[in-house]
Amino acid sequence: MEHEFEPVIIGFLCNWCAYAGGDLAGVSRLQYPANMRPIRVMCSGMVSPDLVVHALSKGADGVLVMG
Amino acid sequence: MVECGRHLNIEILTLSEVEDISGEAGRFTVRVKQRPRYVDMDKCIACGLCAQKCPKKVDDPYNAGIGKRKAAYIQYGQTVPLKYLIDPDHCLYLQRGKCRACEKFCPTGAINFEDRERMRTFEVGSLILAPGYKPFDPVVYDVYGYKTIPDVVTALEFERILSSSGPFMGHVVRPSDSREPRKIAWIQCVGSRDASRSENGYCSSVCCMYAIKQALVTAEHMPGKGLESTIFFMDIRSHNKEFERYYEDAKAKGIRFLRARPHTVTPGAHHTGVEVSYVTEDGRPVVETFDLLVLSVGIQPSPDARALAKKLDFELDQFGFARTRSFDPVTSTRPGIYVTGAFQSPKAIPRAVTEASAAAAEASRLLAGARESLTRTKSYPQEQNVSGHEPRVGVFVCSCGINIASVVDVSALTEYARTLPHVVYVTNNLFTCSADTQVLLGQTIREERLNRIVIAACTPRTHEPLFQDTLREVGLNPYLLEMANIRNQNSWVHQTDPAKATDKAKDQLRMAVAKVALNDPLDRPRVEVVQRALVVGGGVAGMTAALGLADQGHDVVLVEKSDRLGGNAWNINETWRGNPIRPLLEQQITQVQNHPKVRVLTNARLMSGSGSVGHFVSEVNVNGATETFHYGAAIIATGARESTPTEYLYGHDDRVMTHQEFDALMREAGDQIARAESIVFIQCVGSREPERPYCSRLCCTHSVQSAIKLKEMNPEMDVTILCRDVRTYGEREALYRKARSLGVLFIRFTRDRKPVVSQLKGGLAVDVFDPILQRTVRLEADRIVLASAIIPIDNTDIVDIFKCGHNEDGFLNEAHPKLRPVDMSVDGLFLAGLCNYPKPIDEVVGQAKAAAARANVILSRRTMQLDAIKSFVTDRCDGCALCVDVCPYMAIKPREEHQGDRIRKWVKADSALCKGCGLCQATCPKGGIVIHGFTAGQLQAEVDALLQSA
Repeated sequence: MEHEFEPVIIGFLCNWCAYAGGDLAGVSRLQYPANMRPIRVMCSGMVSPDLVVHALSKGADGVLVMG
Repeated sequence: MVECGRHLNIEILTLSEVEDISGEAGRFTVRVKQRPRYVDMDKCIACGLCAQKCPKKVDDPYNAGIGKRKAAYIQYGQTVPLKYLIDPDHCLYLQRGKCRACEKFCPTGAINFEDRERMRTFEVGSLILAPGYKPFDPVVYDVYGYKTIPDVVTALEFERILSSSGPFMGHVVRPSDSREPRKIAWIQCVGSRDASRSENGYCSSVCCMYAIKQALVTAEHMPGKGLESTIFFMDIRSHNKEFERYYEDAKAKGIRFLRARPHTVTPGAHHTGVEVSYVTEDGRPVVETFDLLVLSVGIQPSPDARALAKKLDFELDQFGFARTRSFDPVTSTRPGIYVTGAFQSPKAIPRAVTEASAAAAEASRLLAGARESLTRTKSYPQEQNVSGHEPRVGVFVCSCGINIASVVDVSALTEYARTLPHVVYVTNNLFTCSADTQVLLGQTIREERLNRIVIAACTPRTHEPLFQDTLREVGLNPYLLEMANIRNQNSWVHQTDPAKATDKAKDQLRMAVAKVALNDPLDRPRVEVVQRALVVGGGVAGMTAALGLADQGHDVVLVEKSDRLGGNAWNINETWRGNPIRPLLEQQITQVQNHPKVRVLTNARLMSGSGSVGHFVSEVNVNGATETFHYGAAIIATGARESTPTEYLYGHDDRVMTHQEFDALMREAGDQIARAESIVFIQCVGSREPERPYCSRLCCTHSVQSAIKLKEMNPEMDVTILCRDVRTYGEREALYRKARSLGVLFIRFTRDRKPVVSQLKGGLAVDVFDPILQRTVRLEADRIVLASAIIPIDNTDIVDIFKCGHNEDGFLNEAHPKLRPVDMSVDGLFLAGLCNYPKPIDEVVGQAKAAAARANVILSRRTMQLDAIKSFVTDRCDGCALCVDVCPYMAIKPREEHQGDRIRKWVKADSALCKGCGLCQATCPKGGIVIHGFTAGQLQAEVDALLQSA
């Protein structure tokens, strides 16, 4: 059987906006693909470029920084 | 709201109304009637199954009747308390005796049809009333066709149509055929400024701005679709801070503003759209077609609030708003009862929030003697030391009824958790947040000697404090907890794909376990609070704030740069309500000077400032000598001033004067003024100009009020006001009406066609183009009064000392215009009065009282506990100071010290200023500064844990 590509996406979500938005999407039951793995941060400015590069080099297919 | 709901000393009574009240200020007995909810609040976990299974659909009042909700419902997703309720007027069981579907499906047994109305009695010292307003129902205006023409909606209905949480998910459609409208019109002042059909002779104050906002937001919703928006208005009243810029921006973006009052609205072709008939300012009749017509309905006191006033025995004003006085803007006519919000007078959110703090200040001033006698605090056992102990992680997987379990395979997840490193205990709970599970959680932590906890459940944003508290109750540091959000960000958003949702939940759990193993116990830093306030500026704002704090028992140092207190208030004669200012001002000055807690420093200037919330230090130069003060909080009230006009022969002819000069003349030579034959007022002199694009807010009311005064002194006098828009907002509209009825003439001009003033033999002449007559008219005048702009004083020293911000016009900025309107961006600093924006005395007093209330929150405690998520400098810091530049809160300072012939450099982080954003951590190239709870190591552990399987 052919395997469909399922990307692994890391999402760094700012606690004060994007993470809250993620929660609200849940309350509103907005459906979206299950590929993103959220990591809560206290500000998107906390996400260093090193961390993004690290994630990509370890095999993440995409990194979302939302804030 | 969430903060309110979680506060230990706030009890929220929903579905309740005050039945009656007895006693007096300081000791009231209030009886409250609470209607049944039919849902046990302790058991309801807001899973929403009751609403899902409820068969009865009801028009949804939250969505202004567009769209449906069930008889079992919550108002909206973020409602507080987040507990469902049953609408007894529509519930099939309560109405017809059968159904009970909700009861059958509720997983926690929370439905209680035996619930009954209850009376509760409270002993309270004071009451604050904030009953809000009722939107005007435009059905009385038959000309607008509301309810008869489908495509005529109220602004509130349109707001819900626009909202992404509304009935159409933010897709803009019109009611008649559910198609996107391309041409939309708003009609302003529907149910406002109209004493004939609506009896609402006041201005609702908010509709101009909400209409402009709706027009701009609609354009954002439909980019590139050629949307045409028209706003029919009488006067655009954008008199608040930054509002004039917003209005100008809307014009620049193509919103059409038409000064006309449509007189007839008829249905469009095929019963879609509308035809609007109006007459332009120059007298041309026009009939224009629109796809959708929005009525900008005003706000009015609700009948419930009127009934409340009767029950509580305090007075309302002529329009039905609570009667207050200029120097006591939130105090009702009954002592001990305070009013705020739109029930006090129509107002927008920033002032409502400000005056809510003012009401809290008044209520707490009354109760200052009893402070903390009834408040509750919680005590916790000694914290156990877990440092150096091997992590023993306990995992609690929540089913959340079926909210998680119906999508995520929780038993597979539970089994999976057992395979993860450091995990020594795993269990699955039906509801991890329930009260009995908290007891179980505590027991398990003790029995299994757990020192790290992972809860796989809902969102930490709502539930982390609850679980942290449970940890504290059994002596575990609250920061040894992580949550995996497998509900809001998993089961609820991947309902159709259980397999992938379960995989994601496993990943989320693995990441949380990896992170929690690295969690250290964190201390919430405590800072000592110096219980003294510094108030900068001795005008009405500064004095009101100083008295507010001093009456709470705090020492206050009041710094005034001139040689006397009082500021601008010396130069104005009356408040807009007609109260003479001088006696009140003199009384206030005496109070301040005689208050044992207030130290007044005149001829004093603030020289420096350091420290942070709770412990600031400043040097003040008093009459040439320097004194040092320590204080916990400061209120900045440096004021503003009247500008010196450069137009209309000002400075060349002394019969041309400013408002303050006119007021002085009225005080000193009122008789002489009364003999004048003609006086002309010119508005917006230096305001609403490209170089000063804001409205000075005070001048329209002041000119109108002065014109009334002149007409009352001498009805034969010709009094003319030349204006651009008349901005007598709120209940000041009554003055505008009165002026017109007394024969004051209003002539409009535009910025590109201003009046021209010239000297005549024996008098002055003003030539102005009258847009209604469509020709230039000449007015002869004995005196001309210019409404010169209010401009900020130079606040550079304050800005430099405290690193606070001001807007482009030079007015000091609040931290957030709606949410924190009297806080400055630096914690512990507050502002009040004209330094923030021009405003009349009652608003100045309200804001100053609010600032005092906010400062009192800090000063009423001996120590302040801060959050533990803060930056922490490690021994790897070499003082390169890259972080110093990126820190948005100026929390990091470079340090250096000579050690023999070497210089050691490092940085120091001030935990009181740090907000834990972590820009420093992301910038530091060597791990010299970390954020506790979110270290680079912890974030990387989460990344690594996720990708290890990939």
